[in-house]
Amino acid sequence: MGSDLLQYTISGLTIGMIYALVAIGYNVIYNVTEILNFAQGEFVMLGGLFAVFFVGTLRLPLGVAFFGAIIATGCVGFAMERFIIRRARDASVLSLIIITIAVSILLKGTAMFCWGKDPYVLPAFSPGGPILFGGAAIQPQALWVLGVSALIVICLTLFFRRSVYGKAMLACADNPNAARMTGIPVRQMVLLSFVLSAAIGAAAGVVITPISLMEYDRGALLGLKGFGAAVLGGLGQFHGALFAGAILGLAESFCAGYLSSGYKDAVALVLLLLALFFKPEGLFGSSEAAKLKKF
Amino acid sequence: MRGLGKSLALVVLVGVLLGGLWNIVIPSQVGAAEPYKIGAVFSITGVGSFLGEPEKKTAEMIAEEVNKKGGINGHPLELVVYDDESDTTKCNLAVKKLIKKDEVPVIVGPTRSGETLAVVSVVEEAHVPLISCATSYKIVTPIESRQWVFKVAASDAHVVAKLFDYMKAKGWTKIAIMTDSTGYGASAREEFLRLAPESGITILADERFGPQDTDLTPQLTKIRSTQPQAIVNWSVGPTQIIAVKNWRDLGMDSIPLFQSHGFGSKKNLELAGKAAEGVMLALARVNVGPILPDGQPQKKAILDYTKAYEDRFKEPISSFGGHASDAMNLAIAALQAVGPDPAKIRDYLEKTTKFVGMHGIFNFSPQDHNGLSKDDLEMVVVKNGDWALATW
Repeated sequence: MGSDLLQYTISGLTIGMIYALVAIGYNVIYNVTEILNFAQGEFVMLGGLFAVFFVGTLRLPLGVAFFGAIIATGCVGFAMERFIIRRARDASVLSLIIITIAVSILLKGTAMFCWGKDPYVLPAFSPGGPILFGGAAIQPQALWVLGVSALIVICLTLFFRRSVYGKAMLACADNPNAARMTGIPVRQMVLLSFVLSAAIGAAAGVVITPISLMEYDRGALLGLKGFGAAVLGGLGQFHGALFAGAILGLAESFCAGYLSSGYKDAVALVLLLLALFFKPEGLFGSSEAAKLKKF
Repeated sequence: MRGLGKSLALVVLVGVLLGGLWNIVIPSQVGAAEPYKIGAVFSITGVGSFLGEPEKKTAEMIAEEVNKKGGINGHPLELVVYDDESDTTKCNLAVKKLIKKDEVPVIVGPTRSGETLAVVSVVEEAHVPLISCATSYKIVTPIESRQWVFKVAASDAHVVAKLFDYMKAKGWTKIAIMTDSTGYGASAREEFLRLAPESGITILADERFGPQDTDLTPQLTKIRSTQPQAIVNWSVGPTQIIAVKNWRDLGMDSIPLFQSHGFGSKKNLELAGKAAEGVMLALARVNVGPILPDGQPQKKAILDYTKAYEDRFKEPISSFGGHASDAMNLAIAALQAVGPDPAKIRDYLEKTTKFVGMHGIFNFSPQDHNGLSKDDLEMVVVKNGDWALATW
């Protein structure tokens, strides 16, 4: 019984961290632009498939492929902002959000053309079988997922709290006009936020592919669960995203384990609805700040 | 001048006539007979394209081969193929077009169960026989209102019954099932729950998951706590690979794992790698041609088809192409025997027995428009990254 509980916890935390990374991707763009980028899930998918391309077709080592996939997906984020979002900069935030949905469909279709409909797999980052711990089996790759997620959260926190660029990005979100008057190049900050968010999504995609495989239409569902985590944790809150992602993953895993696995996917949506009904600003958001935001 | 003009015109006229005759005479020597038509509807694009594409290729390949050998009783074969785009409405239109515009005497396809069920009433009304490549048992039941509909794919019930036979032979009567929430998983789950009591099998755990799930550890952990003697996973796409990997990682390999026939592609063995060793499944013989015993009556036909398809399209065969091959060959056999008369073709198909196809030896009857049984499946085990026949 105890070992089952541990097993559910581990698998819940692993998938929860992926949701958290997707949620963080939403937050980075939201913080700077107030746009909810619904192509976030596609960045995860692209990250995984780019890594598959680098390892499988170009025969590059896994480490190179990891960073290669992040850079390649970052370029996709760059192109998305530079050639699509920026052209529509005078449109309302809602129109921009709808544009991101269009981009997600475009990315999914393009991925289907390039990689076909088959799922792909990557070798695990470190070889060897599962680690047995208290009767539960832990895949080494799950530890990689947790480690990479932790590293990304630490780096982002430092970036936004300590670096000039990070602070400038936050300033753009608070008041773009004031930021522009103090000499912050707002457009560049927006561009940076898209690149950063694509890179984070890609990292999530690469670490999860050895566990869950990756195919062209995986993005939408991951994007939806990640969005649930982002709202639950409070839009724009990194720690909230981390915490809410973990809650979501654990809730799904326990639901599959102790209730019925048929209801598993409903858990994320029920939590999202509950959050929107009772605490729309999220677990970690402030209701005063939420009132000032458009979304 | 007028006389010259007239005689010139006459010469031209004679020339044209002779030329025309010449043209008509030549083909009549190799078979000026009216072409025999076969209509086909496959999901060549859309979500079902991975099924419909090999079906279309197979059908076209067979039609060409028949024509190369001089057609059917001297009549060239004309194959009219439409794409239903994996859409029931478009499928309905395509079948109506085949019946009204192309006036075909027999239709091959559609690819999937949903599309087939959407056209059953059309062919029943028009009295044109249809040979579907889809699996659902609802396509041919109730037989009273399915007089013109046949199908060449085995039903889920056959596969489930085959698995149960094997489990009982091994003494595994307490099992756990895990199915995905698509139509594929859900309809198999019904069959498992329906057939288990009468087969003396107890289902200890009945777990479900979404087709895009990334982790099946919770379901497998729960299954492990019920201590089953065997596990069956029924899904398509990545989850069937994830199930194998999680089963291995959780150290559950002492409990045998069975997969659905959807696992029967070499691609899945590559993706699952070493983790798939020992996984068992019931497969149609078309998937395992080379490992069949030499005396097996289907072996030669399957190897011939495999070679022809793989040489031509440079891709491995699939069970779906096999369905199209069976449907086409049945239609061709009927045309050869009774000519292009829909009613006669229907009667001929219903009386066809011992027809050696890719997916089995078909024995149709007025009560059974599928003609297959669980004996047309082979129990297969993954051994050294390849298929091997399971020992009973």
